[in-house]
Amino acid sequence: MTLVLRWLRAFGRFWYDFVVGDDWTVAATVVVALLATWLLRGAGMSAWWLLPAAAGAVVGLSLRRTMR
Amino acid sequence: VSGSSAFVVTFLAAAVEVIEMVIIVVGVGSIRGWRSTWLGAGTGLAVLAVLVLVFGAALRAVPISALRLVIGTLLLIFGLQWLVKGIRRVSVNGLRGMGERSATAENVPVSGVDWTAFVLSFKGVLLEGLEVAFIVVSVGLAGQTLGSAVLGAVAAFVVLAGAGLLARGLVQRIPRSALQLIVGTLLSSFGTFWSVQGLGIAWPGNDLAILGLIGWYVLTAAAYVAMLRSGLAKKVQR
Repeated sequence: MTLVLRWLRAFGRFWYDFVVGDDWTVAATVVVALLATWLLRGAGMSAWWLLPAAAGAVVGLSLRRTMR
Repeated sequence: VSGSSAFVVTFLAAAVEVIEMVIIVVGVGSIRGWRSTWLGAGTGLAVLAVLVLVFGAALRAVPISALRLVIGTLLLIFGLQWLVKGIRRVSVNGLRGMGERSATAENVPVSGVDWTAFVLSFKGVLLEGLEVAFIVVSVGLAGQTLGSAVLGAVAAFVVLAGAGLLARGLVQRIPRSALQLIVGTLLSSFGTFWSVQGLGIAWPGNDLAILGLIGWYVLTAAAYVAMLRSGLAKKVQR
């Protein structure tokens, strides 16, 4: 049981590190931008440009945050 | 559709997907080390082989859009994290660190499996491999030329995977800090492309949009490196 728990904890920690990494705002921005892209698509707009634009912006914000 | 046309069409279409697969595997292996990267790529190929054998033509029913969305999103998030680290390192250290491979610098475990390398190469190989399988099934069944379509895809894999193996030595010579920037740019580009495609949105120029995305992330990285370097230079002058 402890072995399974330890494995589950390590598995969860791995995915947390993989997705969240040093700066949680990167993952959050990507998810929000994808959601907005999907909503705009529903409204009849082809918003393929939104995700690259948001990604470029969040790189700058993350650099500012991590280089402080 | 004749057998030879099916071969050529499948070879070219599969080549586009295999190039993406090879770029991811070579990039991840160069940064994180080869053992776990090969393990991930091999497991991806094994899972793909099982899926193809079990499902065969029914593979067309696999929800590829959902897979693209999930895998693309994860690759993008991870690629952006590497891009940030690469920009930071190139801004501070320039292109120093030629050929250095420090396991501890990337938190790569000295023993056991490096799950980051495993997952990245596994996902890249599985998604691209599935796309190749769809191409083979679609072209092969549409023209009743499944054998030629399979041969075309296998030829594309052998040629491009061989080219990737040869390129490995060249990639290892790229400065350490620049390599992380380059791989971050590529993972972000593929991740952006797949996740938006997964939402059912078509890119202008289809697969060519990947080149545009690579250009966009390269320009973005260059702009941030220039800004950070000028900021650091001002600090030193003070």
